[in-house]
Amino acid sequence: MLAPNKTIIDIRNIEKVFQVGEIEVRALRGVDLAIEEGSYVAIMGPSGSGKSTMLNILGCLDRPTSGTYLLGGEDVSKMDDDTLSAVRGKRLGFIFQSYNLIAQLTVIENIQVPLIYQGINLKEYEQKCIDLAELVGLSERLDHRPTQLSGGQQQRVAIARSLVNDPLMILADEPTGNLDSKTGVEVLELIDKLNSEGKTIVMVTHDEDIAHRADRVIRMKDGRIDVDENRRQSP
Amino acid sequence: MFQPSITQHQLLNTVKLGIKSLLLHKLRSGLTMLGMIFGVCSVIAMLAIGEGASYEAQERIKRLGSTNIIINSVKPPEAQDNNSGSQSFGIEYGLTYDDAARLQFTIPNVATVLPMRIIRENVTFGRNQEPSQVIGTLPSYPSMRGMELVAGRFLSMIDQKHQRNVCVLTLGLAQRLFPYQSPLESTVRVQDVYYQVVGIIRETGTAEQRPQMGEMEGEPLDNNIYIPLSTAKSRFGETLIRRNAGSFSAETVELHQIIVKMSSTQAVVNAERQINSLLKRFHNKIDFELIVPLQLLREAEATKRMFNIVLGSIAAISLLVGGIGIMNIMLATVTERTREIGVRRALGAKKKDIVTQFLIETVVLSIGGGLIGVFLGVLVPLLVSASTDMVTIITPWSVGLAFGISGLTGIAFGIYPASQAAELDPIEALRHE
Ligand SMILES: Nc1ncnc2c1ncn2[C@@H]1O[C@H](COP(=O)(O)OP(=O)(O)O)[C@@H](O)[C@H]1O
Ligand SMILES: [Mg+2]
Repeated sequence: MLAPNKTIIDIRNIEKVFQVGEIEVRALRGVDLAIEEGSYVAIMGPSGSGKSTMLNILGCLDRPTSGTYLLGGEDVSKMDDDTLSAVRGKRLGFIFQSYNLIAQLTVIENIQVPLIYQGINLKEYEQKCIDLAELVGLSERLDHRPTQLSGGQQQRVAIARSLVNDPLMILADEPTGNLDSKTGVEVLELIDKLNSEGKTIVMVTHDEDIAHRADRVIRMKDGRIDVDENRRQSP
Repeated sequence: MFQPSITQHQLLNTVKLGIKSLLLHKLRSGLTMLGMIFGVCSVIAMLAIGEGASYEAQERIKRLGSTNIIINSVKPPEAQDNNSGSQSFGIEYGLTYDDAARLQFTIPNVATVLPMRIIRENVTFGRNQEPSQVIGTLPSYPSMRGMELVAGRFLSMIDQKHQRNVCVLTLGLAQRLFPYQSPLESTVRVQDVYYQVVGIIRETGTAEQRPQMGEMEGEPLDNNIYIPLSTAKSRFGETLIRRNAGSFSAETVELHQIIVKMSSTQAVVNAERQINSLLKRFHNKIDFELIVPLQLLREAEATKRMFNIVLGSIAAISLLVGGIGIMNIMLATVTERTREIGVRRALGAKKKDIVTQFLIETVVLSIGGGLIGVFLGVLVPLLVSASTDMVTIITPWSVGLAFGISGLTGIAFGIYPASQAAELDPIEALRHE
């Protein structure tokens, strides 16, 4: 008895063309995609198939050459740079392969970064940041710097950071690519937990085992969606 | 340009972040600031020393009196030649009582004419003896030279009329001759004549004892003994005989100096020309010189302006160099932190947030350097004043100027690296190693 979930991503016929000198590289050639709130989507595909390009557009870091992209009902495909920045800051969370924490900031300060650009008084959000650090198991290390943490710990800080602005969706680009398998599994379990609590996750991965954790796998090929398999058991 | 619509919290956070980023590379930040530190410090210190020196020069000139024209008797050059060649020679030169009278009655706008005789002699009291200048002059002297009474009275017309053996000492000389008692009513001896001390004077506006001023276009003011002009004439005569190594020379000089006080400073410029031509008509050789304090003052002011321009250029160059140093480091920083910029952009930073961040970092660097520079720039003149006789004056505007320029330099040289940072493509920046 599942309630029909709200669609938070609605992509219609998106194309992305890169102009490299004289040559046009068509990285995306007409992609349609709808993602519902609370889903866990893995994007797979061979190198050069357009996964990163897709994720960049989903993450509002890049604009499609043509087509529309509605994020939470808002058309973001034609927004200017400043507005896109605001959308990223308010509605999206990012987890990168190489953690990308800011070296001069402590754990707690790194978690706060997305809030800074919304002109928020950090004092009011201090407890929330501490709670997030606790959620990812780092409440003992609030004042540590990234260089004092292991890779797994850094990635968990990045996860806490991706949650601080209560995003519509979390985008992860091979979040375990730099981790050994044991810590990788720990991080994936954390992501599973977020999804089970209702967070929408879109993750690029090369690893079939990791993709199996998702309830939907999208396989890309030559700038198109080749296979879109819904793995969730229908009731 | 970008409009700074960021909130107060954000600004505060950005400043904190800037300081943190700079502290991450303490040595590098410190070295970068050095340019600014030296620039600001040298501007303030040099201006303070220059200001002090020119103040001192101007004070000295002002003490000569800005409405005064000082005429000195000068031994003509040909007389000096003759002197060395022969055994004995009597020469006669210089200003005369007639000159004084003619100046008084022919030059327009003259307020007072003060004739003087100046003789170098020792003054003795008991066992104390001081080399000094015996100045024969008239009662108007103190008002014309900006002197004030410390005790007793100055010479009077009656002293002058009766050729009395009375004298007035300058404070310094009085203190040296009479370390333990009041000089008033005592008598001092010059050659073999005794003079009763009737008063003590000093330069106006020198309440504290100031180090003795150097000699400047006149007599040092602190080592003088004043006697009536008539007394000087009768006691010392007009001919001075000098013996040296077997030969001797006799010099006859009526007056050593005449001070002409004009009714206003405007009258001074014309009077200088008129006095010159008047004296030339009655002197067949150039045995006098004119000193116009007002002119000297103007020259001193022109010199100071020149000095300030040179100083300003040096300051501008050093701050420019400091600014380029800062820009250089900031460009390196932007390259080094490309990834950080990409991350911040992904997490919601707008271009102007990135501009602000790097601009603030540059400004923190330059204002930090500026503050240290101000501190050192104030300290150096104080140390110079404390350890030497030099007067230094720290003008508030120089501190404001140097500090303001350091801040502006930071902004000017920060804009380029900051906009470089903001224009980075977030995707490229995130991919940067
Ligand atoms: N900035 C770019 N400029 C030019 N070509 C690009 C750019 N980004 C991606 N491409 C091209 O687009 C295609 C898809 O790339 P990408 O999305 O990175 O694939 P994947 O992430 O699946 O390996 C590739 O052929 C790649 O060379
Ligand atoms: Mg890729």
